[in-house]
Amino acid sequence: MTAPSQHHATAAPTERALDSTTVISWKAPISFAVITVLLAVLFLTTRHSGDAIFRLSGPRDLIQIPEITLNGPVTTWTCIVLLTGITVVSAAMVRAKRRVPLWLVVIFAVIGLVAFLTWAAAGARTPVIPLPGLLAGALSLSVPLIFGALCGVISERVGVINIAIEGQLLAGAFTSAVVASVIGQQWLGPIVGLAAAAVSGVLVAFVLAAFAIKYFVDQVIVGVVLNVLVIGLTSFLFSQVLAPNAALLNSPPRLQRIPIPLLSEIPLIGPMFFRQTLIVYAMYVIIVLVYIGLFHTRWGLRLRSVGEHPQAADTVGINVARTRFWNVSLAGAIAGFGGAFFTLGAVGAFNKEMTAGAGFIALAAVIFGQWDPIRATLAALLFGFASNLQNTLSVIGSPVPSEFMLMLPYVVTILAVAGFVGKVRGPASAGKPYIKS
Amino acid sequence: MSDRNDPDVALETGAQVPPDEPVIAPEPEPEEPSRWQQALRQIATGNAIISVLAVLLALLVGAVMIAFTDERVQAASGYFFARPGDTFAAIWDSVSGAYVALFQGAVYNFRRPDFVSGIRPLTETLNFATPLIAAGLGVGLAFKVGMFNIGGRGQMLLAASAAGWVAFSFDMPFPLHMIVAVIAGIVAGALWAGIAGLLKARTGAHEVIVTIMLNYVALYLVSWMLRTPGLLQAPGSNNPKTPPMKDSAIFFDLLGPQFNLHFGFVLSIGCVVLVWWILDRSSLGFQFRAVGLNPKAARVAGINVNRMYVYGMLIAGALVGLAGVDQVLGTVTTGFSSGIDAGIGFDAITVALLGGSNPWGILAAGILFGAFKAGGFAMQAAEGVPIDIVLVVQSLIVLFIAAPPLVRAIFRLPQPGAKPKKRTRSARKEEVAAK
Repeated sequence: MTAPSQHHATAAPTERALDSTTVISWKAPISFAVITVLLAVLFLTTRHSGDAIFRLSGPRDLIQIPEITLNGPVTTWTCIVLLTGITVVSAAMVRAKRRVPLWLVVIFAVIGLVAFLTWAAAGARTPVIPLPGLLAGALSLSVPLIFGALCGVISERVGVINIAIEGQLLAGAFTSAVVASVIGQQWLGPIVGLAAAAVSGVLVAFVLAAFAIKYFVDQVIVGVVLNVLVIGLTSFLFSQVLAPNAALLNSPPRLQRIPIPLLSEIPLIGPMFFRQTLIVYAMYVIIVLVYIGLFHTRWGLRLRSVGEHPQAADTVGINVARTRFWNVSLAGAIAGFGGAFFTLGAVGAFNKEMTAGAGFIALAAVIFGQWDPIRATLAALLFGFASNLQNTLSVIGSPVPSEFMLMLPYVVTILAVAGFVGKVRGPASAGKPYIKS
Repeated sequence: MSDRNDPDVALETGAQVPPDEPVIAPEPEPEEPSRWQQALRQIATGNAIISVLAVLLALLVGAVMIAFTDERVQAASGYFFARPGDTFAAIWDSVSGAYVALFQGAVYNFRRPDFVSGIRPLTETLNFATPLIAAGLGVGLAFKVGMFNIGGRGQMLLAASAAGWVAFSFDMPFPLHMIVAVIAGIVAGALWAGIAGLLKARTGAHEVIVTIMLNYVALYLVSWMLRTPGLLQAPGSNNPKTPPMKDSAIFFDLLGPQFNLHFGFVLSIGCVVLVWWILDRSSLGFQFRAVGLNPKAARVAGINVNRMYVYGMLIAGALVGLAGVDQVLGTVTTGFSSGIDAGIGFDAITVALLGGSNPWGILAAGILFGAFKAGGFAMQAAEGVPIDIVLVVQSLIVLFIAAPPLVRAIFRLPQPGAKPKKRTRSARKEEVAAK
């Protein structure tokens, strides 16, 4: 036992040193400055002399809020001044060895977004931004991402890197479409389909867990290969079985929207959160359960300890392999359930590779959200919002080429990962097989 | 408790490292087995037999899937108890038909009258393997540096655009034009991947996120360039497609005009040798592997880890970029659209995994997957079996090869290092647990 004691001896003083020093990071001011300059260049080089109208309520809403009209150049340049101010403030804070608080980042993001939306709408053919539609669409684009991100958070927290989220989502989408079509009633079909989707996600997770935990195969390898396997299986079965019998096997009844009384009439937020399908309501419950479970229950403590230091967990009597196996399976159930949103919640019929990389975006949300269920959910919402922003802007005929709008969420993610998040630290033992000696 | 089994030491090692082989105390052999027995044991416990059996298992699963989804089999199984022979005949017909078509599309077509047209499928296999090998090397080299390059798609798209732009918009004499186009593509791929390396080195941004995001950025960037006149779009056209490449830039045929095999294959083989040399013989490769095995130890040993991340991604991107160049200058020379990467960036990951991130292994894996691709298209055309079955078979092969104990358990092969006779149950269990 010489090596570990040396290791701890060297580690302890550094940790103590880290406690007493404040980490100065210039990343936030630099990122702020870059974004401000980019926006200023954008506003300088393009014409946006008109007004921008923000619509805050839909035509069928009970409570109608008047539209807000903002003058293009005035608003954008006011925002640029504000953004410059925040940049200077944050630079001063870093210079004074203080950390840039999260609320400042949030304020910066909101002002930047208002400036961008005003600019985009003022130069468009129809200068109206329907905010309720924008937000509701953003939520529905984020639903599978959120389920995938929660799956990633649980399995990485327990120490198994899950690249197979894409495969689990796709398996859920496929199974739910087939099962719901075969049963085929308005309510029973989709609900049994949802359960079947969760089961299929668990099956994919079983393979991941068996190879990663029993056979100690590199978890990244298993994940990548499982994605290919599920894409191959579902595409093969789609072409060979579903396509010729589409009426019987691939026409599931879609889930109906259930407006929640009172709550759904709250302006702006109501239609977004409370006029949704069963899957979305289940999602709210699952987010809360995962958060409370991970950080406030015995289950979560054990789970996290296995992911951080399996040796220590084993020493106090936690069965590492079993904890990992069942929690990876649970994570698979969540992702599979979320995959059903593609078919039962959104499109209806299954199609080849219909998840289109959502699992990878969810993986990015996990890392962006620093392995925390709430932050990962917020990151997933950000991705959903950015992709729906593109849809909205191309509908109103904004001057930006749609490709650049589509690119935006990904560029923002890169900037955020490089700037705001920086060196992210996941669970210490994620990706490492635990070999009991 | 020895050092190698120490969890704290094990924690320090990188995620890509397979667990060490357990040290099994050499026990005195009771009697010397005969030479034949020894040879047989070596074959039965070696890696080669695992690979062969993995391929067989995967093909078996594929056969089950083909048989179960075949309409003739389903029809015959309707009266299985009346005439079971019909079902078995239908299963045999569908499976053998599919795999014969696969073989004839990938290796040698016996239905052709002469050797030259009969061997054409094999050259098609090598043709499909060309970009797979190059991109597989790119992913594999990044693995060796401890990085996961999922950004093959973006790197290929950017490289294809740069090489294609040089190839259709300039006039140069033959070898020069081709060389300039290849260099342009390689540089574009390297720089695109270099962004991920630089961000990882400078800010610690996780390369998996950055490369995934760069894939999408590249896709939309190239889509925009393809539909913007004056950039990549063919003049006088409304389609998002480039004009055809000029003859002076495209890869020449290696075996004459009746075969599609082009010069890119030679470049890919050259890259295999180059990557082998870099990794096994150069000081840069030593530093790469040191960083990949344990970045902290490498830093202590005086290696500039951050610089290695940047160099690793640059070289990886250059190799993946070559795959993009292969696509525009070799495979699709009549002008390309945004689907030019053809999923090779992702296939490359499985190629690198199957090849164990080792250049020669990647060469073999690339040719095997090239054969599946070439044969898969033939199978789809001849037998109506969707080419997606190839994905299933490929992924199963990688899974089985990654888990030798599973293959051994299925085929009841002896464990390596176990005593040839008198294997007790407990010893076997211990080994499975240790693996």
